[in-house]
Amino acid sequence: MSLAAQLALARGDLSLDLSLDVGTGEVVVLLGPNGAGKSTVLSTLAGLLRPDTGRVVLDGVVLVDTAAQVHVPARQRQVGLVVQDYLLFPHLSAVENVAFGLRSRGNPRGPARATAARWLERMSLGGLEERRPHELSGGQAQRVALARALAVDPRMLLLDEPLAALDAGTRPAVRADLRRHLRSYRGCTVLVTHDPLEAMVLGDRIVVLEQGRVVQDGSPAELARHPRTGYVARLVGLNLLRGDARGRIVTLGSRAAVAVAHDASGPVHVAFAPAAVTLSLEQPHGSARNAWSGRVSDVERHGDLVRITVDGPVPLLADVTPLAVADLALGPGVEVWAAVKATEVSVYPA
Amino acid sequence: MTRRPVRPAADARVPVVLLVPALLGLALLLLPMVALVVRAPWGRLPEVVGSPEVLSAVRLSLTTATITTALCVVCGVPLAWLLARTNVPGRPLLRALITVPLVLPPVIGGVALLVAFGRRGLVGEWLYEAFGLSLPFTTAAVVMAQSFVALPFLVVAVEGALRTADGRYEDVAATLGASEWTTFRRVTLPAVAPGVLAGAVLCWARALGEFGATVTFAGSFPGTTRTLPPAAYAAINAGQVEVAIVLSLLMMAVSITVLVALRDRWVNTG
Repeated sequence: MSLAAQLALARGDLSLDLSLDVGTGEVVVLLGPNGAGKSTVLSTLAGLLRPDTGRVVLDGVVLVDTAAQVHVPARQRQVGLVVQDYLLFPHLSAVENVAFGLRSRGNPRGPARATAARWLERMSLGGLEERRPHELSGGQAQRVALARALAVDPRMLLLDEPLAALDAGTRPAVRADLRRHLRSYRGCTVLVTHDPLEAMVLGDRIVVLEQGRVVQDGSPAELARHPRTGYVARLVGLNLLRGDARGRIVTLGSRAAVAVAHDASGPVHVAFAPAAVTLSLEQPHGSARNAWSGRVSDVERHGDLVRITVDGPVPLLADVTPLAVADLALGPGVEVWAAVKATEVSVYPA
Repeated sequence: MTRRPVRPAADARVPVVLLVPALLGLALLLLPMVALVVRAPWGRLPEVVGSPEVLSAVRLSLTTATITTALCVVCGVPLAWLLARTNVPGRPLLRALITVPLVLPPVIGGVALLVAFGRRGLVGEWLYEAFGLSLPFTTAAVVMAQSFVALPFLVVAVEGALRTADGRYEDVAATLGASEWTTFRRVTLPAVAPGVLAGAVLCWARALGEFGATVTFAGSFPGTTRTLPPAAYAAINAGQVEVAIVLSLLMMAVSITVLVALRDRWVNTG
């Protein structure tokens, strides 16, 4: 299964023109500021909006071809949609919400409900079948919305800011959960967000959209290393590492560890801003600091800061001032020590 | 400077120029209703209510108003949907035309119905010649007259509910594969159900109180077309003041009940 889309659309202030390819089982994140046209892209892919010109082919089936006057309506596209405020039907219970798509496709009530109940079970929502949407927490509602979209076995999954409505406390857990479900989904996934962390955790590939145009397209690591616009540089200015946590130590592979400020356990993401990294030529001292040795592989200027790429047991990015670059004579090949305070490091379940 | 709600001050004194006309207006509204209550034949109430002409008018009114309401819901909800959710050409004009009966004197509505469905009418002539069907002065004509004046109430209420309902739910239903009809039945209708209910109650009350169009198009024949309002009119003309008062009290009770039932929706209780 794969998606190939070319879309052009002008609406009010927005002028959208882009092409988007998503591979089988791939999660592509559309990242960009408000008004960049991200949600419009999703609406067009879902069939709720007609592009001015364009062609959308999903899985070999032409969904849109403005040149040939083809526009397959939303209900025939087999596309799952999850939106920011979930839009669970308020008068239906959780299980009826999930069964809605199956019932609409002609499945009898009993089997549809049974399948829906299994989906809720898979989403760890067993026992909540008869709850109404207003009786669910934000995280539960999000999972019901995801189950509703997945229950009809969609060929493509579209998620519009699926975590934005959650409070900061529950977001990491729901995000980790969502990541797991997206990994096990075999169709194409397009996820819209304005949150760089979300993009990096959830996306196999990130497509950055600014004012209706794609400004960058690449893996999260590529994007972080070589941001092509100032917006991307600021946005993905994050060092993101995976490791296993035990207490306040996160081990990364076999060669390095990160000290963090809060207890955690199991597989986690460790994130810190390049601006939180300090570089020095001598090994730094101080109990609250992480310090790793490495070698500078790249020096790139971004606005009034310089982004240094350091390779080593803990590959990372550091934003330093031009003055520091001059003082330390930083350039490719220079051996440095990178230090980060434990309090600057965030830990999220992976 | 921020606007504040106007609240009466504790020591406010209402100027006489305002007080006198206000009280006059109040008296004009309240005195007739008070008079009905004062002059009601309370002692003979069961006897009057149980009289054949009152009972038949009550029965006919309840039946026709209920049939009218059912008819208006069946036709009015789809009509409101058409106005709120589709791009039928000439929608603004259509909407304006639908609201005409709200301001048209009901007698004129009756005349119009007669010209359309009378035995010599635009459609009525053909109906009579083809099927031998004559609508005027039948119970069916009562229902038609009531529908003519009451349908706009339902359409306006339901269209308002549809316009405020979030259309994105219908988008989600579409992505889940639901047909237009399934979406309407399982998503749209439940969302606007309170609006439909309010519209239906309003419609029923309006149908129950219908007089002008009914007497013009359906006449006032006891048992077949004489509903409560024509019955009250006939009673007062025949000098049966007690019967007229009792019929009026019944109507007033219904009106007050409807107002109370809909007070949160339609009446700003401040």
